[in-house]
Amino acid sequence: MTRTIIGFVLVGLALLALAFMPTQLGAYGVGLLLGMTGYVTLASAWALFSGPTRYISLATVAFFGIGAYTVAVLSEAMPYPLVLVTAGLIGLGVALVVGLATLRLAGVYFVIFSFGLAELVRQLVTWYEVNVTGTLGRYIFLPISATEIYWQLLGLAAITLLIGWWISRSRIGLALKVIGDDETVAAHTGIDISRVKLALFAISATIITLVGAIQAPRWTYIEPAIVFNPTVSFLTVIMALLGGANRLWGPMLGAIPLFLLFEWLSANFPNHYSIILGLMFIAIVFIVPRGVVALAEDLFKRARRKEAAQ
Amino acid sequence: MTLISRRNALRVLGTAVTLLAGVSAAAVSAQDRSSVKIGYAVSITGGNAGGAGITTIPNYRLWVHEVNEAGGLELPDGSRLPIEVVEYDDRSSAEEVVRAVERLVTQDEVDFVLSPWGTGFNLAVAPLLDRFGYPLIASAAVTDRAAEFAERWPGSFWLLGGGADYAGALAGVLGEAHAAGDINADVAIISVADGFGIDLVNAARETFAEAGLNIVMDRTYPPGTTDFSPMINEAQASGADSFVAFSYPPDTFALTQQAQVAAFNPDVFYLGVGTPFPTYIGANGDNAEGVLSLGGIDTSNAALMDYRQRHEEFIGQAPDFWASQMTYAGLEMLEEAIRRVGLDREAVANELSTGTFTTILGETTLEDNQLRDLWWTGQWQDGVFVALEPSDRDGASEIRLPKQPWQGQ
Repeated sequence: MTRTIIGFVLVGLALLALAFMPTQLGAYGVGLLLGMTGYVTLASAWALFSGPTRYISLATVAFFGIGAYTVAVLSEAMPYPLVLVTAGLIGLGVALVVGLATLRLAGVYFVIFSFGLAELVRQLVTWYEVNVTGTLGRYIFLPISATEIYWQLLGLAAITLLIGWWISRSRIGLALKVIGDDETVAAHTGIDISRVKLALFAISATIITLVGAIQAPRWTYIEPAIVFNPTVSFLTVIMALLGGANRLWGPMLGAIPLFLLFEWLSANFPNHYSIILGLMFIAIVFIVPRGVVALAEDLFKRARRKEAAQ
Repeated sequence: MTLISRRNALRVLGTAVTLLAGVSAAAVSAQDRSSVKIGYAVSITGGNAGGAGITTIPNYRLWVHEVNEAGGLELPDGSRLPIEVVEYDDRSSAEEVVRAVERLVTQDEVDFVLSPWGTGFNLAVAPLLDRFGYPLIASAAVTDRAAEFAERWPGSFWLLGGGADYAGALAGVLGEAHAAGDINADVAIISVADGFGIDLVNAARETFAEAGLNIVMDRTYPPGTTDFSPMINEAQASGADSFVAFSYPPDTFALTQQAQVAAFNPDVFYLGVGTPFPTYIGANGDNAEGVLSLGGIDTSNAALMDYRQRHEEFIGQAPDFWASQMTYAGLEMLEEAIRRVGLDREAVANELSTGTFTTILGETTLEDNQLRDLWWTGQWQDGVFVALEPSDRDGASEIRLPKQPWQGQ
C-alpha cells in the first residue's frame, strides 16, 4: 500500500515537472514535448486494448481523424470544452458501433478490418464534404497556444496511464489477460468476452479521438488526407510494440525514444527517412518482439539467477 | 529462423547507427555567421513528394545554386553573403511541417523560411511564421481566401491564385469559343474529390452558367480512381463539345490514355494538374497537342525562356509550365528585397508587399499580398504549353480549336 502511495506521489511530481517545462523551453522544445506526449498517449491508449487482447489495431488514425474533424466542424459553433466533449462522445459512439460489429473477428482479419475502417471513415468524410457541404478543406482558427495543447495532452496521458493502472489491478484486467492467452478458456470460465473487449476498445478509441481533437487547432487547415494519414496508425503500433504493449509504462518507453529518433532522422537524413524507418520496423520485430520492458525484465531475472547460482 | 540470428542483427544495426552518427556529425560542423541561413521543410517523402519534387524542391535548389555561384545574396551595402541551407522533410504530415518550421526558427535560427508545398501545409505554417515575424511566400498554394489570409497574417504572400480564378478564366475561354460558333454550349465536367477539384468545380458551376454554358454532366470521383471509361463513355454520349476534368496528376495521365482508347475526341479537352508537367508531353508526344489546362507560359518572354533553359541544365529536367515559374519568381523577389532592405524580416515583408520587382515573369507587383498577373488557362501548342487567358494580356496566344483527333489509333 505504501509503495503505491509513494508511486503516485512520484508520478504526480513528475507530471508537475513536465507541466512546468514549457516555461523553460522555446517554441521548438514545446513542439517536441507536444508531439511526444501526443504519441505517448496514442501508444498507451492503443495498448490499453491491443496489449492484453493481442488484437493489432490499425484503426488509430480513424479515431484520431474523427476527433480532429469534429473540432474543425464545431470550433466556431460552440465553446471549446464542449467541442472536446462532443468529439469524445462521437469517438465513443463510433467505437461502440464498430466494436459490436467486429470484435468477433480475430487475428489477421481484425488487422485488415481495422486498416479498412480508417480508409472507410476517410472516404465517408470525403463523400459527405463533397456532396453535402461542397468544400473539402476546413479551417480551425482557435486561439489555443502550443503550450495549452501540450497541457491538455499531458493531462490526457496521465488519465490514460491511470486507467491502464486501474484496469491492470481490476477484475476486468484479469479477464483481459485470460482472453489474450486463450479465448476459448476465457469463455469457459464464464468471462463475457465480447463485453470486456468492447469496453476496452471503446475506452481506447475515445482517448485516441481526444488526442486528435486536442491536436487539431495546431494545424489551422485540415482535410481528410491530412488527418487520416495512415502513418499515425503504423507509428503508434511500432512505438507500443517497441516498449511492450503488455506493460503499463511500455508504450511510453517505446514512444519517447522512437519519437526523438524520428525527429533526428528527419533532420539529418531527410532523403533516407523511409528506408531507415523500414529497417527499424524489421529490427524491432526481430530483436525485441515483446518490447524493451519485457527484455529488460528478462535480463534482470537472468542476472539474479546467475547470482543465486553462485 | 537461424538465418538471421539476433546477435548478427544487433551487430549490423550497431554498425549502421555508428555510421549514420558519423555522417551527421560531419554534416553539422560548419557553423559560422558569415552566411545567410535559409531553411525550408518540404515533402521529400510521402504522398506530397510527387508535386513537391517537380514544383518546389528543384526551384529552391536551382536558386540557391545560382545565388551562391554569384557569390551569395547581395546586401544593401553591396557585400555578399552565401546562402546556407537547412532542409527538412515534413514526411507529408501537417504535424511534422509545423514542428519542422518551429525548429527552423527557434533551433536553427534561420534568417528566412521558404514555403512548403501544398495549400494545407502553407496554411498550417502561416500562423506560426506570422507569430515569429517571418514572411511566408506561399508559391504552391491555391486558395480563394488569399485576401482574407493576407489580412490575418500580414507577412504572408500568395502567388498562385484561387480556384475561382482558374474556373472563371476557363468559363471565359469556353464562352468566347461558343459565341464564335466553334463549340456548342454543352460541357461535361468531372472532378477529383479533393480540395483542388472541389474548389474548381464549385466555382465552375457558377461561372459556367454566367458565361452561357450548360453543364450536361457533373461527376465527382474519389482520388486514386484508375478506370475512367464509364465517365468517358457518359461524356461521349452527352453530346457536349467540351470535356473538362479538374484532375490530379495520376488521373490526368490516365484520362489522356483512356480517352484515346475510347476514341473520345471532343473539340475542347481540358485536364487538371499534371498537364503542364514536362512528363506529360514526354508520355503523350504529339497527342498532347491542343490539350487545355491551368497555367501556361509566354514564350516571347526571354527571361522566362532563359530560366527554363537553366533549370533544365541544372536539374536535368525542364520545369513545369505552371507553378514552377511562380516559385522561382517568389525567390527572385525575396533576393531583390534583401538587396534593397537587408536581412531585417519586417522590412523585407514590407518591401515584398509594396515593391516592384523584375522577375522571370516580367515586372512583378503584388496586390494585397497576392500575385494577380497570372496565366489562368493554357494549351499545348507545338510542344509548348502556351498561355491563353487572360487573352488581353501581352504574350497571350490564340486558342486552337477544335483539338486535333488522337493520333496513332
